Amino acid sequence: MLRYVILGGGTAAAHCIEGIRSVDPDGDIALVGAEPYPFYGRPLISYLLEGKTTREKLLAYRPADFEKKLGVRALRGIRAVSIDAKEHTALLSDGQRLPYDRLCLAVGSSPFVPPTDGLDAVKDKTGFTTLDDALALRAMLGEGRDKRVLIVGAGLIGLKCAEGIHALAASIDVVDLAPRILSTVLPEEPAALVQKHLERAGLRFHLGQSVLRFEGGTAHLSGGETLAFDVLVMAVGVRANTALAQTAGCDVSRGIIVDSACRTSVPDIYAAGDCTVTLDPDTGKPRTLALWPCASVQGETAGCNMAGRETQTGNLIPMNATGFMGLHMISAGSYDGEPLRTHTGDMLKLLYVKDDRLAGFILLGNIDRAGIYTSLVRERTPLSSIDFELIRETPQLMAFSATERAQKLGGVSL
Amino acid sequence: MKKVYVNEKWCLGCHLCEYYCAFANSGKSSMIKALKDRHVVPRIRIEERAGISFAVSCRHCTDPLCVKSCISGALSVVDGAVFIDSDKCVGCCSCIMACPYGALSHNENGVIQKCELCQKNEFGVPLCVQGCPNKAIVYEER
Repeated sequence: MLRYVILGGGTAAAHCIEGIRSVDPDGDIALVGAEPYPFYGRPLISYLLEGKTTREKLLAYRPADFEKKLGVRALRGIRAVSIDAKEHTALLSDGQRLPYDRLCLAVGSSPFVPPTDGLDAVKDKTGFTTLDDALALRAMLGEGRDKRVLIVGAGLIGLKCAEGIHALAASIDVVDLAPRILSTVLPEEPAALVQKHLERAGLRFHLGQSVLRFEGGTAHLSGGETLAFDVLVMAVGVRANTALAQTAGCDVSRGIIVDSACRTSVPDIYAAGDCTVTLDPDTGKPRTLALWPCASVQGETAGCNMAGRETQTGNLIPMNATGFMGLHMISAGSYDGEPLRTHTGDMLKLLYVKDDRLAGFILLGNIDRAGIYTSLVRERTPLSSIDFELIRETPQLMAFSATERAQKLGGVSL
Repeated sequence: MKKVYVNEKWCLGCHLCEYYCAFANSGKSSMIKALKDRHVVPRIRIEERAGISFAVSCRHCTDPLCVKSCISGALSVVDGAVFIDSDKCVGCCSCIMACPYGALSHNENGVIQKCELCQKNEFGVPLCVQGCPNKAIVYEER
C-alpha cells in the first residue's frame, strides 16, 4: 500500500486527494495543512467581509465528511519544516517524521512585504491572503465605519480587499508603484476604466508611488504626499513558497519547477498550485500561474500521477475572472500587439489575435459566454477554421463548423 | 449516464425548449404563471442564424473545467452531472470564464444558473426534451 503525503491545505491539495483516490482507493493519505481550517477558497475572504458569504459557507469548499469519506489523515495547524528525499520522510513542526512513497508540495505562496522604514511600528496592519487576515482586518475596522484604510498594492488582492471593506471603512486610499491599477492583469485602457469605476465608488488612488516610510499612522509617499490612516493593508504581491522544496533538493526558480505531469526534479516528489512554475509553451520560459483553476488542474494531475495513472495538465493558460462593485471582468491568455477593440455603452472587448490564433482577450462589463473565447485561447484553435467575424461579435458556437457543433452538442465522435 | 444531446438538423428554432426550461425551474404551477409578462432567462438557449438553429445547454463534461474553477465549491459533480449550489455561489463568474460552451449564465436575479437536467425540480426528465416538438433535443445514454 502506497503512502501519500500532501503538504498544503488549499485547492491544489484538495484536488490532489481527489486525483489519488480516482486511481487508488486504498493508499494511506496524510495531509499537512498550516492553517487550522478545513479546505476553503482563499479568494472568498473579500466576499466574507462584503457579506456575500458566511464563515460557515466559506469553510464548506468540500463537504464536512470529505476527509473521512476519502480516508485522509488530516494534520492541521502544523507545517512541514524539511524533506529528506533520500529517506523519503517529511519532518513536521511538531517533531514527527512522516514517511512517504509519493509526496506533493502544494504549499502555495506567501505575501511579499517590502522592507519599509517604520512599518514594524504600525499598530493595526495586516496582509490579505488568509481567513485569519480577513478576521483580523474585520476586528481592526470595528463597527463604527470610522477607520481610514490604506492599502499598499493595487493588484487583485488589494482591490478585492477594498471591495470587501468598502461598506466598513470611512475611506480607502490605495498606493501602488505601478502607473496603473491591476498592472499585472490589465493593459492601460481597461485598467483606467476599472479605476474610474472604483473612484466613483469613493476609492482614492496614488499610483506610480511607493511608501518611503511610515510614521505611526502616517505614510510618506515617494511623490511627496502624506496619507493619514488608521488601518494598513499590505498587498504588494506574493511569492511562491520554495524553501521546503529546496530542503528536498528540488530545482526551483521563482517557484518549484514542474513538468506537465507535475513532477519536480526529485523522484517521487510532485508539486502543484501557486508554489510552482511551469514552462510557457510559447516562449519556453518558466512562468508563474498562481491562479485557482491552474492549481485545481495541477493538483488533480499530481494526484493521478502519484497514484500511477499517467496524466498531463494540458494547456495551462493565464485566466482571470473577477469584478469590482458590479463591474465584471474576464481575461485570458497574453496581450501582445494591437487588439481588435469594441467599445459599446456597457462593454469593452479587446481581442488579441496572433498567427491565426486568439492569443488573449479582455472583457469588461458584458462577460456573457466568455468561456468560448477562453477555449479558443486554450485549445489554440486556428481562427481560419471558424467564422471569426461572427465570434468576434459575440461568443457563440454558431461560428464553428457543423461537424464541430455535432461533436460539441450532439455527442458525435469522429 | 443520460445527457441532453442536440441534433441541429431537426431544430425548428421554435424556442419552446427555452420556455419549458424557464417554466421547469420557476417553481410555478403552470406555464402561464411562470412566463406571462415575465422576463425569463432560461438555462438552455437557442442560437440561430441563416436558417440554422440549435439549443445550447450544459454538456455535463466528464472533466468539467467550471467545477475546477469554482472558488466556493458551489459547483460539484454528482453521479456525472454538474450541479450548482446557489447558496454557496458568490458570483465571481470563474465558471463563465471556464465553460467552453457558454452554458452558464446569470438568471433574472443575477444569480449564476446552469442546466441541472431537471434533477432538482419535479420533472426528473429534462422538460426541454419533453417539450421539443421535433425531437431535436434528446435525453439518452451514449
